[in-house]
Amino acid sequence: MFKGDFIKNLPKIYGTYTGGFLVFIILMAIAEQAGVSAKNIGVMFVAFTVLIYALIGYLSRTIQVDAYYVAGRQVPTVFNGMATAADWMSGASFVALAGGVYYGGYTYMAFLVGWTGGYVLVATLMAPYLRKFGCYTVPDFIGTRYGGNLVRACSVFVLFIASFTYVTAQINATGTIASRALGIPFEAGVWVGLISILICSMLGGMRAVTWTQVAQYIVLIVAYLIPVFWISNKVGGGVFPHLMLGDEVARLGELEQQFGLVKNSAADMKAAGVPGGLKYISGSHSGVPEGGMAVWKYLSLAICMMVGTASLPHILMRYFTTPSVRAARKSVAWSLFFIFLLYSSAPMLATLSKLALMDPNLPTGIIGKSISEVQSIEWVQRWSEVKQVFIADFNGDGILQLNEWFMRGDVVVLATPEVAGLPFVISGLVFAGGMAAAMSTADGLVLAISNALSHDIYYKIIDPKADTAKRLLVARVLLVIIGAAGAYIASFRLTSILGSVAWAFDFAMSGLFFPLVLGVWWKRATRAGAIAGIVTGILSGLFYLLWVYPKFSVPIFGGVNEPFLGIDHLRFGLIGAPICLVVMVVVSLMTKEPDAATQKMVDDTRIPTGKAILGKQH
Amino acid sequence: MSNKDAYWNKTKNHMIVTLVLWAFFSLVIFMFGSELNTMSFLGYPLAYYMTAQGSLLAFVIILFWTANKQEKIDEEHGFSEREDD
Repeated sequence: MFKGDFIKNLPKIYGTYTGGFLVFIILMAIAEQAGVSAKNIGVMFVAFTVLIYALIGYLSRTIQVDAYYVAGRQVPTVFNGMATAADWMSGASFVALAGGVYYGGYTYMAFLVGWTGGYVLVATLMAPYLRKFGCYTVPDFIGTRYGGNLVRACSVFVLFIASFTYVTAQINATGTIASRALGIPFEAGVWVGLISILICSMLGGMRAVTWTQVAQYIVLIVAYLIPVFWISNKVGGGVFPHLMLGDEVARLGELEQQFGLVKNSAADMKAAGVPGGLKYISGSHSGVPEGGMAVWKYLSLAICMMVGTASLPHILMRYFTTPSVRAARKSVAWSLFFIFLLYSSAPMLATLSKLALMDPNLPTGIIGKSISEVQSIEWVQRWSEVKQVFIADFNGDGILQLNEWFMRGDVVVLATPEVAGLPFVISGLVFAGGMAAAMSTADGLVLAISNALSHDIYYKIIDPKADTAKRLLVARVLLVIIGAAGAYIASFRLTSILGSVAWAFDFAMSGLFFPLVLGVWWKRATRAGAIAGIVTGILSGLFYLLWVYPKFSVPIFGGVNEPFLGIDHLRFGLIGAPICLVVMVVVSLMTKEPDAATQKMVDDTRIPTGKAILGKQH
Repeated sequence: MSNKDAYWNKTKNHMIVTLVLWAFFSLVIFMFGSELNTMSFLGYPLAYYMTAQGSLLAFVIILFWTANKQEKIDEEHGFSEREDD
């Protein structure tokens, strides 16, 4: 299947696949009508899609080094775009993004701008040059450009911290979705998720991950867009919600006025027993908060996410798989196009979902109704049982106020189809989509980490004489170990999904952004500069995180510290990255300029034609 | 100036232009969020629209534009890769 004209047949193969998936959805809809239970439909959706990914993973098995590390560098532009989009959009993007917008409004949407704008940096500063270089991993570029094992090991260290923070959150999300869809405990869900992830990546490395990610993108985008369009039409939002929800946004403003945006005191919430992680609406949906600090908060978050995007190894390595430099550039554009399809829909889903709950003129509206009536609604009962929604009658009037309705952010995506009265088949589809999103990102991350360890640490530093079979064996063993370690940590539920996702961006930008950019754009950057920059950048970022995040600062520093200039734990890259830049420039200028061979290497990196710096097999 | 240097100068300038556009849509307009929000586009308050959709779309367009422009620069200087590469 993967020989000869496989690449030419890709549109046909994935076209058939998409058709097959749509037929499967219709079959499930028929099954629902025929009386198959909601739970079984959820199980079938997740099981069917995961089996398909596993099959693709098996068919893509390989015993070649360049297929394992860079998918043989033959992934066409558009397909690499889809794979990158799946790689990028995590369980958090799929499940939590709309919930974030639902509660955070305008301020939260700095994430949307940050997580898309970063691709402009990827395309202009990084991707084409790293592709020309011909490296297998991100540390492979840094290790070769600056020369030496120490700088290589330092960059692996940063990669490890950033990607590992991220991967535990993804395995956590996989576990959450698997446990809900299959009706098993969370801990078991985590291990089911891990096994699915490993099947997709172990036998075929990057090649297998690429082709499963394309399949996962198709599932996740179908699963996100169908409900958004359907709900929009059902609640009168218009045929094409993206262009037509202006009135709904304005209506939300009116409703906020009518119901009032009230802040609950922590003591009240504690007394009422609101479960952890549940939130209520207390901020404006579309209003922009006033004041310089609010603007700075928005901009600083966007900057961290953008610069972090351009430093995340699991994303950068996707552009090593294209056939040419120009394909790498175009592929970044396609990636963002495919990401845009989902990201631009999240605020629409949040708007529709909020309106469905808040508008008393809609049959789905619950705010302002009597609490006993709301508690008898089927979906409210179902999600209350699993502590995802909660009602607290603070003023004791028996009527549900806006500030008395508590809900977990994830529920916006997972439950809105039910709320709007869509058939359960759509909820099953959403589970499959969430699973695809979390798995595809976890795959990419686990592979990024294990590839860096097997290629850069094991092969380049420990045993350069290892033969192909041994290298690939080590790569696969490491893959399993990293995955298992991530699952083990995820099973403790250490942190909420978004907190740690943002940290990965800050870690990556603290230690990798400037060494990568200056490696291409500044010939004068030296090995000593790079080492000093990476080390001071990542350590200062890490130190600041420990200092500013109360859960760490209380045991370590014995108290809560006020963030410096509003730079809180989501934005600590703004400490690490500038320190990295300054140290790297100063130390580079203090040391002897790179030798002629290195300068020529940089020159060759800058032009698209000619031989790659690192050969096909290295 | 050698062909390589001329090529790199053009590439650098192109990079700067791209990043200026990027900074405009990602940072500059959101410095004026509350002012922009008094205007409306497609019925949405403008700043809300830009952060929910407008800037995202602008980035997509910038990326396709910048890739095409860079390909032209490659061709001008004879650094264009063959189609079958």
